[in-house]
Order: sequence, then C-alpha cells, then structure tokens
Amino acid sequence: MTCSPSKTEDMNTEILGIIAQIVLMVVLSYPLGKYIAKVYKGNKVWSDFMKPIERTIFRLSGINPNEEMNWKQFLRALLVVNLFWFFWGFVLLGVQGYLPLNPDGNIGQTAHQAFNTCISFIANCNEQHYSGESNLTYFTQLFVIMLLQFITAATGMAAMAGIMKALGEKSTKTIGNFWNYLVLSCTRILLPLSLIVGFIVITQGIPMGFEGKIEIKTLEGSTQNVSQGPVAAIVPIKQLGTCGGGYFGANSSHPLENPTYLTNMVECLSILLVPMAMVFAFGFYVNRKKFGYSIFCVMLAAFLIGVFINVSQEMGGNPRIDAMGIAQDNGSMEGKEIRLGAAATGLWSIATTATSNGSVNGMHDSTMPLSGMMEMLNMQINTWFGGIGVGWMNYFTFIIIAVFISGLMVGRTPEFMCHKVETKEMKIASIVALLHSFFILVGTALAAYLYVHAPSFVENEGRWINNPGFHGLSEILYEFTSCAANNGSGFEGLRDNTWFWNFSCSIIIIFSRFIPIVGQVAIAGLLAQKKYIPESTGTLRTDTATFGIMTFAVILIVAALSFFPALALSTLAEHFSL
Amino acid sequence: MKTDNKTSLFQKDQIIESIKQSFIKLNPRIMIKNPIMFTVEVSTFIMLLVTLNSVVSSSQGSFIYNLLIFVTLFLTLLLANFAEAIAEARGKAQADSLRKTREETPAKLIVDGKVKNVSSSQLKKGDLFECEAGDVIPADGEIIEGLASIDESAITGESAPVIREAGGDKSSVTGGTKVLSDHIKVVVTTQPGESFLDKMISLVEGASRQKTPNEIALTILLAVFTLIFLVVCITLKPMADYTNTNITIAAFISLFVCLIPTTIGGLLSAIGIAGMDRALRANVITKSGKAVETAGDVDTLLLDKTGTITIGNRKATDFYPIDGLDKRSFIEACMLSSVSDETPEGKSIIELGRGQGIRMRTLNTEGAHMIMFTAETKCSGINLKDGTQIRKGAFDAIRNIAKEAGNEFPNEIEGIIQRITSNGGTPLVVCINKKIAGVIELQDIIKPGIEERFERLRKMGVKTVMVTGDNPLTAKYIAEKAGVDDFIAEAKPEDKMNYIKKEQAAGKLVAMMGDGTNDAPALAQANVGVAMNSGTQAAKEAGNMVDLDNDPTKLIEIVEIGKQLLMTRGTLTTFSIANDVAKYFAIIPALFMLSVPQLSALNIMRLHSPESAILSAIIFNAIIIPILIPLALKGVAYKPIGASALLRRNLLIYGIGGLIAPFIGIKLIDLFVGLFF
Repeated sequence: MTCSPSKTEDMNTEILGIIAQIVLMVVLSYPLGKYIAKVYKGNKVWSDFMKPIERTIFRLSGINPNEEMNWKQFLRALLVVNLFWFFWGFVLLGVQGYLPLNPDGNIGQTAHQAFNTCISFIANCNEQHYSGESNLTYFTQLFVIMLLQFITAATGMAAMAGIMKALGEKSTKTIGNFWNYLVLSCTRILLPLSLIVGFIVITQGIPMGFEGKIEIKTLEGSTQNVSQGPVAAIVPIKQLGTCGGGYFGANSSHPLENPTYLTNMVECLSILLVPMAMVFAFGFYVNRKKFGYSIFCVMLAAFLIGVFINVSQEMGGNPRIDAMGIAQDNGSMEGKEIRLGAAATGLWSIATTATSNGSVNGMHDSTMPLSGMMEMLNMQINTWFGGIGVGWMNYFTFIIIAVFISGLMVGRTPEFMCHKVETKEMKIASIVALLHSFFILVGTALAAYLYVHAPSFVENEGRWINNPGFHGLSEILYEFTSCAANNGSGFEGLRDNTWFWNFSCSIIIIFSRFIPIVGQVAIAGLLAQKKYIPESTGTLRTDTATFGIMTFAVILIVAALSFFPALALSTLAEHFSL
Repeated sequence: MKTDNKTSLFQKDQIIESIKQSFIKLNPRIMIKNPIMFTVEVSTFIMLLVTLNSVVSSSQGSFIYNLLIFVTLFLTLLLANFAEAIAEARGKAQADSLRKTREETPAKLIVDGKVKNVSSSQLKKGDLFECEAGDVIPADGEIIEGLASIDESAITGESAPVIREAGGDKSSVTGGTKVLSDHIKVVVTTQPGESFLDKMISLVEGASRQKTPNEIALTILLAVFTLIFLVVCITLKPMADYTNTNITIAAFISLFVCLIPTTIGGLLSAIGIAGMDRALRANVITKSGKAVETAGDVDTLLLDKTGTITIGNRKATDFYPIDGLDKRSFIEACMLSSVSDETPEGKSIIELGRGQGIRMRTLNTEGAHMIMFTAETKCSGINLKDGTQIRKGAFDAIRNIAKEAGNEFPNEIEGIIQRITSNGGTPLVVCINKKIAGVIELQDIIKPGIEERFERLRKMGVKTVMVTGDNPLTAKYIAEKAGVDDFIAEAKPEDKMNYIKKEQAAGKLVAMMGDGTNDAPALAQANVGVAMNSGTQAAKEAGNMVDLDNDPTKLIEIVEIGKQLLMTRGTLTTFSIANDVAKYFAIIPALFMLSVPQLSALNIMRLHSPESAILSAIIFNAIIIPILIPLALKGVAYKPIGASALLRRNLLIYGIGGLIAPFIGIKLIDLFVGLFF
C-alpha cells in the first residue's frame, strides 16, 4: 500500500501532537514538584493566602495540625477518615432521589450498586458499574463523586508526604500530621490546579450548569435528549487526581466531556502532571535531587516504551483489515473518536494505565492486542508514575527489594537512605509486592474456572464474555488487573454489572488500595525509627544509573514476569493469531 | 600443625561423607528449614506419584519422560544438600584438626597440695594443675604461679615459643599447647568440652549454627518469590482450561521448580557456613556468623600501632654524643648499658653498635651490676666494677637524675631531642655518672606494604585509626607516613573506649583488636572485637572473634571475608533470579505450543520439542547448582573499587551473565536431549 502525501502529513501532525504533550508534562511537572515539596515542608509559598481557610477547617474539626504523629497514629487517621467518607457516600447515593439538584428526577442507587460505587471511589479506583447520566444526580455528582475524587487523591498524597518526612530525617519517631497533609494537598495543590484546568476546558465548551437534559433536533430530523450538568467541575479533578471516574458513562470519549483536541491535550496532560511532579517533589523534599531524577528517568523510560508500542500499534492499523483490502489511513479506528485520532488515543491509553487514572478517550477493548497487553502490563506493574502519591509508594516498595539485593552485592548489610533494611521491612515489602500479582492471578483464575466448570452459574450471570477465546481471557484479566491497580478502566466487552463481578471486584479494590498504603507507610516509619548510619564510599548509592537499572530489572522480574503465562494465553496468543 | 590453606576444594573423604549427608538431609523435618528446597521436595514427591501412575496410564505423558523429570528433580535436591554438606564437611575437617590437639592428655591435678595424675577430661572448672617442661597443657586456664615458655604452634602455626606468666595480660594458656621450659601452676577456667575453643568449633561445624538476621531477611524474600511463582503455576491451570490447553502435571511442576530461586535456595546455607570456614582458614574463630557479616559493614578500624603498622618495636637508628665526647666511647657506653637488656630496644642498640664496628668482646662487664628497667625509675643501665654508672631512659627521667646531682641539662641535647621527635623517632637519653652523655635515636619501622592495605581499606569506605602510647607529635608523624586516617596518641584503655563510643554515636560500626584484660570493655563495646589468642580469658570472652595467630593485621582480612560473604549471597541471588527470564522462554512456549500453535513464535531458542524444552530447562536448573558450589565455597572476589563500581561490575557479571547463561545452557542441553524427545 502506498502512502499518499496527505496521510504522511496527518501522521506527522499526530505524532507532533503527542510529542508536544509529553514534553509539556515533563516541563510543567518539574516546577510543580518543587512547589509541592515546599508545601509539605511548610516553607513559604505563593499560596499562603489560603491559610485562613485552612485554619478555619482545622478549628471547625478540632484538629491541631502541628501535632506530630507516629506511623501508627498516622495510618489510623488515614483509615478512619476514609471509612467516614465511605458511609457518607453510601447514604447520599441511597437517598439522592429526595435531595436537591436533581432536574432529571433520577432515583437513588440500590444498596448493592451504592456499595460498589463507594468502595470503588473511596479507593481512588473509580470503576463505574453505573452510568452517570441516569444513576447519579447533580448533587451526588458533586458531593459524592467529586468530593471523593479530591479526598482520595489527597489521601494518597498525604501518605506519600508522611513517607517523605520519615525518610528525610536522620532518625525520627513521628512522620508528620496526616490531617495537615490531607488539607494542604487539597487547598494548595489539587484545588488550584483544578481551577486552572476547569477554566481551560470551559472555554472549549464543556458544560457547567445545573439545568436538566436538553432536547435537540439532530441532522437526521429526530429528537434526542442530551444530558448535561456540572461537567467542568468534575473533569479536572478526575484527570488530575488519577481518579478517572467520568461524568458521563463514555468518559472522555464523550463529546461533552472531551470536545476538542485541545481539551484532549489538557486532560491527557493532567493525568500525568501530579504523579510526575510527586517524583520530583520527593527528590526536593529529602534533598536528594539526583535520586528524584533517576527515579523519574526510569519511570519515564518505561512510560515511553509503552507510548511507542501503543502509538505505533494503533497508527499501524489491523492487518486483518489490510488483508480485506480496506484502506485504514488513520490507523486502527475501531472504538476511537475521529476528532482525537489513533495517536492521541494510543498515548492516552498508556497515560491512563501507567497512572491509576482509568479515564479513557477511546475503547481499550478495541485496541490492538499488543496495545492491550501494554495497558495491562502498566497496571500489573502499577508504578510508572502510578496513582497520585501511591504510584511512587509502589516504586518505593520495589526500591526496598532492589536495595536489599544490591546492598548484598556490594558486601554490606543493605541500607536505604542511611537506615538499615532488615527482616521486618523485607517481610512487608515482599508481601506488598506479592499481593498485587496474587489478587490479579487468583481473580482471573477463579473467573476462568467458573466459566469452564460452572457454565450454569455464568449463564445466570448473563454469560459475562462477549468475545470468547483469547480475547475473552484478556477481558477477564483486564478487569481484575484494573481493580487491583485501582485503575477503574475496563475492557468493556465484559458484562461486569453482575453479582460475581461487583463482589469480587469490590474485595480486590479495597484490599489493593489499603494494604499497600499501610505496608509502605509502615516500612518508612520503621526505617525512620532506626539509627542513622552516615554514608561512606562503601555505601551503596541509590541515585546512580546502575541502581536505576537494577530497580527496573527487579520490577520487570517480580511484577511483569509473573504475568507472562497469563498474557501469553490472552493478548500474545491473540497477537500472534492476527 | 597449621592446616594447609591451599587444600583443594574437594577431598575424597569429604565428598563421600557429603554424599551420605545429602541423603540424610532429605528428611522433610530437616528440609523444612529451607522453605525453597522444601517446595522442591514436595514437587519431587508428586512427580514420583505421577511417574508410578504413568506405568498404567499415559494421560500424563510417557513413563520415561516422567521418570526423567522425577530423577532430575531428585538430583536437584541431592545437589543442594550436597552443597550444604560439603561446606559443613570442610568446616568440620578444619575443626577436627584443631580438636585433635586437644584429645585426651594426662593432667597433673593438684589436690590438697599433692599431685595426682588424671585424664584431661576429668578436669573441672576451678581445678588446679601443674605443668612442667615437655607437658601438654590439658585444659584452658590461667597461670596463678610461675612463668613458662610455651609452644603454641599447635593452634597458631607460629613456631616461635611465647612466654606466659602469672598475673597481667599474659597469664592465659590454651589446652593442647606444649610447655617448653619452666614450671607453672594453672587454674582451669572451663568445663570439659565447653572450653572456649570447643564452643567455637561446634559453631563452625554447623551443629549449633543459627541463621543470621541477614540470612533470615533473604530467606523471606526468596520464600515470597517462591510463593509468587506457586500462585503463577496454580492459577495457570484454570486459564489453560479456558483456552482448552492441556498441561501435564510434569510440565506444571517443571515450570514451578524452574521459576523458584532454587540456585540461591540450594546454596544459601553453604555460603553462610563457608564464610565462617574462610574465617577459620585465616585462623580466626568467630563466635557467630553474625560477627562475620558485621565485619563486612565496619566503618572504623582501631589498630594498635605496634605490631600492626610498625614492625614489633622501635629500633635504634643513630647515636648522638654530646659535644666533647668521643663517638666511639659513647657507643661503648650505650652498648654496656644494654648488655643484658632483653627488650627489643636494648637488643637493637647492641646490634646497631656492632654494625658500627664495636665488638662485644672489648666491653668489660666483669663484676658489673645490671640495673633493670622499672616503671618507677623509667630507666635502666649498668654499674661497672670501677664505679662508673651508666643510665639510659626517657628524657625526663634522665634529666631528673642529672638535676638531682646538680648537673645541668645542656641546650644542645634539647635540640637533638626536638629533631628526633619531629621525625617521628623516640629519643633515649644516656648519662654517665649522672652527667648527660648523649642521645640514642629510636625509630619505628613501618611495615612494608601497609600503606597499600590502608589505601585498600579507604576504598572500601573503612576509616583507619592508629592507637599508640606515643606522644602526639610522634604519633602524627607515623600516622602520616603509614597513611592512616586518624590516630589516638598517648592512648589509655579508656581513650579507646571513648573513641569507640563517639564513633558509634555517629552511627558507625567499629572493629578493634585487643589482648589485655584492660582491653576487654572496649572489645565488648566494639561491634567487632577480635581478641588475640595470646590475650587474657577476659579479653577473649569480651570479643566476638579470636585470632589464633595473634596477628594484628588480621582485622583487614576479616573485613574482606565479611564483605565476601554478603556479596556471594547477593550475586548468586541476582544470578538465580535473572535465570528466570530464559526459563520462561523455554517452558511457556512448550506448554502452549500444541494447543495454541501461534505461540510457538515465543520459542525464540528454537528448542526441539515441548518435552525436550521442559527437560532441558530443569536439567539446566539442576546442574547449575554444582557448577556454582566452588563459587559459593570460595566466595565472590572482593574488589575495593567503591560501592557503585562494584555494583556495576557484579550486575554485569552475575545479572547479565545470569540472563544470558541459561539461554546458552538450555539450548546446548536441548541439542542433546532433542535427539531422544
């Protein structure tokens, strides 16, 4: 097939577009990281005018933000506040039909559905087994969905701030105040950024108002009811907080949630902005900039590999369609939006899975098998920038394992940031690393087992899978991977609003969210309590390229290789069948 | 009877014993201590059942194929056990040779003042025995009466006899050593079979070896890896069923055994035992494996100047007579004062005088009276028959003698003293008939090659500190010349202690060597305390290692042995885990090739057939263990090139090597196995 000049030109524009987005992400995240480090350190920053508001919040809730907590108190506060907001959301979703801001007259969610929604949103997963247009009101969109998106993002950031405090000090029993970090994350970081992004997307036509559905006449002459509402309030935090729970069911492929190439750029950029900045923030906070850069480089390299594969897969198109003699100049366009294009969708699919965002601007189920594999691998590894705060924390777990092995290799009892890594920390780090694979593989195996051995049960559940064969296994694997990574995106071919999926997904979501956070904060707390060991020339340096490669290798072998058999039977088998 | 350090790695009798042990260690109750190899044992048992079943049914593959897999797994177990057994056997052989010297010896027990002949095994703690020239000392003890020269070559390999006497730091004797002269009374300090050496020897043999914290942490990591791969293998079954892929039990078990870190799992305890064994081969007995590991982490090393940095004692290097005194007669006077001076300094004066052409015969010492050095007078000398008094000693002692007699202390002498001190020498002032006659210069001789060793230590990140009784000026001179990082001058025992505490407060680990009773608190305080075998019982109890050679430079070797031990663990772990990549690419295509022919694209090694691929992978997995046993026993070579360079080097060799080696190994084995399957 020959390339027409216009095709090459289009391709160049598309590629230029994604390069611009990636460069912008990196360039913007650097100063943001510097700013975040200052905020958590309590240094003077331009946003100090927010102080009176914060003081009022603390006074109203009776909290002393200067009270130092040890890691156990810190975690207790974290878990209690999350439990509170879970019940808050559960009750409001149930009674939303009687609450104001409900012009479309939507009714309350069933207990079953509300339970799943709250679990999913409290875990920053935002897996949606509902559709925003019909199962939420404007009130719950704002005071459950949007509120939880702020709070869960801030929870991850606060946990990471506690870890930074623990690692940054010579020897300490306390790791800062959870409430203080939580409030600062909202008022100083998430809120200002959301306002900026919100302003940009409103100018591009994303609706912001409280009127109900409007009736329009389409070009064909028929009438259509179009949902609207306070969309522009939710879109920014959904992207910035690695939340991903869209206002509309179709998420950012919906024209009112992502109308133009510019909104697409801003939204895609927002996915990675804060997770990237958090990595820089770590380097600045603990005053080891080089270490921050080296972690950033490892993550960026892994991210770019994913971008390269998916963009080239999606722009290349499906060989089966080629075989039919049909031109696909724009690449594989199944499940994609014409206004965004294959390249931008390929980039987004990597950005949203590398972080635990999970918003989509095209259907992952329709991406090429290798793209699907990269999307899954990103979530199975779950640390290439990752969820806001927690992505870096997952990397921290792998660093502990890498430090242990490489510390031995240089002939010293392993140390990380001047503290000895011993049995207890190893135990926690290994368990956290193991659990992720465990949940995904056991979940997938269970579903596959039921599918083969209990067909009547699956039949009652609506047969689950639309595309049997290798792709069906991909759909199952993707669903559990997405839950365990708190990502929330789906291979939508799976009929997942059933008893089995709601139940098994909820369990995996909640455990995968809180066990790692507890473990990682505990490791940092335990390390910080230990004696400070000054560095010498015999000490293993963690800010070198060698150590970066070592960590990368550990992540690939521990996290990625355990999925090799499962991926071989699903996406790889599909790919080689093309 | 010093054991030969160059004995080959494997000796015939050790191998036979180790093979026997490999089978004994198959006992599940012993095996469970090593969780990784225990899972292999369970897998082997399952394979045995599968093999037996395949005699009657062929649903799980042919009998021969299953049998081969079973045999290979069984071999993997035996080889892992063999690694541990051979390490133990080597330690035991070393220990036996030490113990041989301590077998039944006759003892002269003193009961109520009478001597009774008993066997050494009947001696109890607190018993009193005596030894004469020619006797072998029956038990560890302390001399309470007398002085003797003792041949300690049985345990140290050093042929020169040493002097042991009651009181002071040199009162302890070790069982198995031989009295060469004189007569001593000794009180037994240990119960039979529980002597210090006995306890330590049993540690080396592995009988009472406990896992070190680092070993436990690594075992946890490896156990979690094992668990991950257990989950991978078990969950693969329903997924395979979903895609209508039939995977045999043999294939599952092979996948599992190949993925779990059997290489490091099988060699882990051998590495630990071999580490202690290497210390023992350096004639250092360690109280625990932990002490060896800690040695690898040491940041600061306290070294005594004498014997470590400088050769023995100071030597006379020059004579400076006062103006108006003939140099020859001054040298004669110096030599006269040292005729019966047994100290190394005294001997060196005679030596230097001879070198300057004065014969001993010309010195008339008939009827002379020797004045011995005492701590009070701080000088020694001679009173000749004609009434001439010659004294030599520290500058202030001699100055006092001269001043008391009303003689002045010439400025000229002060100048000489100044010059000697600033060159790192020690002045010895000589007076004849209470008049200052001149100065003898004593100099420290720095051991050849010691500078390079300190440089090596610096590259390891270890700070060296010289401890000396010299004045700060002399100390500084020698410290600079030898290249140590810091020094403690005019050191008293509590100075050492304070220095250690100061370093530890800054988070550093400190190692030191000592022998005297007054070293005991510092030895106990130090993270690694090496007591010399010649030292007192108190010192030996306080430290966590004993150096049988009494060689102060041993600390440097101990640090390297510690580092080697940790490095060997780290590199073999890396190697073992890196191997997984190739094993995946061997087995995964083999599992699916028949039902999902498209996946044969993953068979990048182009292995002959599924059976041959699986067999080749587990055979490689088994034979890599014996191939690495020599490395586990000898330890990975330590290069003092800084941590980052070392990591890079080891990652290249063992990481990349571990990635590539199995691709080559499995392919080669497949070329052979492929002929049959």
